[in-house]
Amino acid sequence: MRLSYTKALNRALADALAEDPAVCVFGEDIGAGLAGPTLNLLDRFGPGRIVDTPLSEQAFTSMAIGAALTGRRPVIEFQIPSLLFLVFEQLVNQAHKFSLMTGGQAAVPLTCLVPGSGSRDGWAGQHSDHPYSLFAHAGVKTVVPATPTDAYGLLRSAIADPDPVVVFAPAAALPVRETVTWELAPIPLGTARIHRAGADVTVVAVGHLVHEALAVAEELAPEISVEVLDPRTLHPFDWPALAASLERTGRLVVVDDSNRSCGIAAEILATAAEEMRLLAPPRRVTRPDGTVLPFALPLDRALQPGRHQLRDAVRAVMK
Amino acid sequence: MTGLPDLGTPAGRYRMLRLIRGFEELALGLVRSGAITGGIHPYIGQEAVAVGVCSALRPQDRITSTHRGHGHVLAKGAAPDRLLAELLGRTGGLNRGRGGSMHAADFSLGILGANGMVGAGGAIAVGAAWSARQAGEDRVAVAFFGDGALNQGVLLESLNLAAMWRLPVLFVCENNGYATTLPAATAVAGSATGRAAAFGIPAAEVDGMDTEAVRAATAEAVARAAAGEGPGFLECRTYRFEGHHTMERLMKLRYRTPEEITDWRGHDPLPRAAALLPPGLAAQLDASVTEQLAAAREFALASEHPSPEGALDHLYADGLRPRAGAAGTAGAAGVSAAAGAAGPVGVTESAAGTGARA
Repeated sequence: MRLSYTKALNRALADALAEDPAVCVFGEDIGAGLAGPTLNLLDRFGPGRIVDTPLSEQAFTSMAIGAALTGRRPVIEFQIPSLLFLVFEQLVNQAHKFSLMTGGQAAVPLTCLVPGSGSRDGWAGQHSDHPYSLFAHAGVKTVVPATPTDAYGLLRSAIADPDPVVVFAPAAALPVRETVTWELAPIPLGTARIHRAGADVTVVAVGHLVHEALAVAEELAPEISVEVLDPRTLHPFDWPALAASLERTGRLVVVDDSNRSCGIAAEILATAAEEMRLLAPPRRVTRPDGTVLPFALPLDRALQPGRHQLRDAVRAVMK
Repeated sequence: MTGLPDLGTPAGRYRMLRLIRGFEELALGLVRSGAITGGIHPYIGQEAVAVGVCSALRPQDRITSTHRGHGHVLAKGAAPDRLLAELLGRTGGLNRGRGGSMHAADFSLGILGANGMVGAGGAIAVGAAWSARQAGEDRVAVAFFGDGALNQGVLLESLNLAAMWRLPVLFVCENNGYATTLPAATAVAGSATGRAAAFGIPAAEVDGMDTEAVRAATAEAVARAAAGEGPGFLECRTYRFEGHHTMERLMKLRYRTPEEITDWRGHDPLPRAAALLPPGLAAQLDASVTEQLAAAREFALASEHPSPEGALDHLYADGLRPRAGAAGTAGAAGVSAAAGAAGPVGVTESAAGTGARA
């Protein structure tokens, strides 16, 4: 079976809806399936569970929290990553805090799916953010799948999880297709995946950048043996997997489509420096501090981590 | 003293008014003595709203409450001793001491929590109402909020959703005249009921100092909502006799005149409710409340302080333990997060609120 990333998300939603009557989906234009992952779900599951919402992100996110507090298992699709800024209050200050603040009385099994996070080549400043580090920092479970099978498996686990989870589906990963010969299955949150084993340098790549890292690893193979580690979940992060990889390589580069300051790459480098085996100072390749992506494509690209910078960073840690 | 207070009778409603009043007076004393840290937002003066509304609800109905939430939580049936223990941050509290005054909740009674963000409970109640309808359950959700919340966009959005989808939810605006210190007259264009009416929601203005009037208006709205006729909206005109919060007492603010406060005290809901009772009954009920609150105080003060090791308990519903705040001091905890191992917490309980690292 040839599986696209978007189709994998669609399958995960459909399977979760079919399996558990408590699962429902809220979002804008999801009846029509404009963004892809909800295509045909309205026909199959009806308007009682596939709820097309007015453009009231704060209210329908709060509403999903209220539904989650009372037995439903809602998924919200946000068409634009920057909409997450609009509902930061709802996700961080409400959904995330309910369990602790109520002394464990309440759980908020809410999944937020962002199909098309990061740059979409030409959608400019307010549609091109990649704010996964913000959620990891706030302590919200945060998932960034790189491949169709991971997208399926992690979205299934996110929906089954008793806590809020934000699932970022990077725009640049959406074109990825995979030949799948096995049964699709949930993948536990918090488990990293080694995409390519290597002996010299560990490259931690987030989301769509996994594919860039694999290309660079292949290219550098004659001179440097690169291990490509995809954390898949940024919070909780699979620190033991990183520690094990650095036991093998002792060198670290992180490639991360976040702004540099306080991005997830910063946390990975800091943790590695504090607790893990490093033979050379680690490096990161990120967006610049405080990036706003400009519209013109060469400018948009200039501010995102790319192969060229990754190659330089890998070579630098080998010196 | 166990079980739901019987709010179906005037005597039960009077007793609950008195219980809330007495609870708040007790809590104010404990704030002054320093036993309750932080502060509280006293409900004194507004009791008729909580009691009137909750007396018209069924046990299965749900509420969302506000920063000034003790009255709602008690009227919906929460145990005063456990609420007081929560205010004191004790393990016997409703939230095991993790929420305090502004987050008190009892999900077993349909109390989905007081909430520290103005207007936040509105759309959460809409979600609870939607959820009940999805599950085929006959439950109405009530959102309490103040006049300050009338200017929160999310609340106005939630009115639209509730009306569009004809959800069984009742919006209860407790208009006490002030958003902290800002008079509603200088903050709310048009009117509260006019805003609800704009969304096609039947809205009524009620004397929020009259328990029976609030009860009657609520009963009507709840019956409509339960019959599938959609949301309702009540604006209860009320007044808080105390400051916005307990810190205000020390500040001698002048945004309200002493005459205004005295005038509103003349509308105190308690004597009004007592007048409906046979002679002597109110005094008898007062005595039983005094006794109940003395026992609540004893229970709450005897309840244990939580141990600092548990400061991050319940952070995740699946028991995930996050890493400690300081690497290297917690042994393997720093690299065992994904395995779900419980490591020592890197902050002390007293420092936790400031995010200080150990």
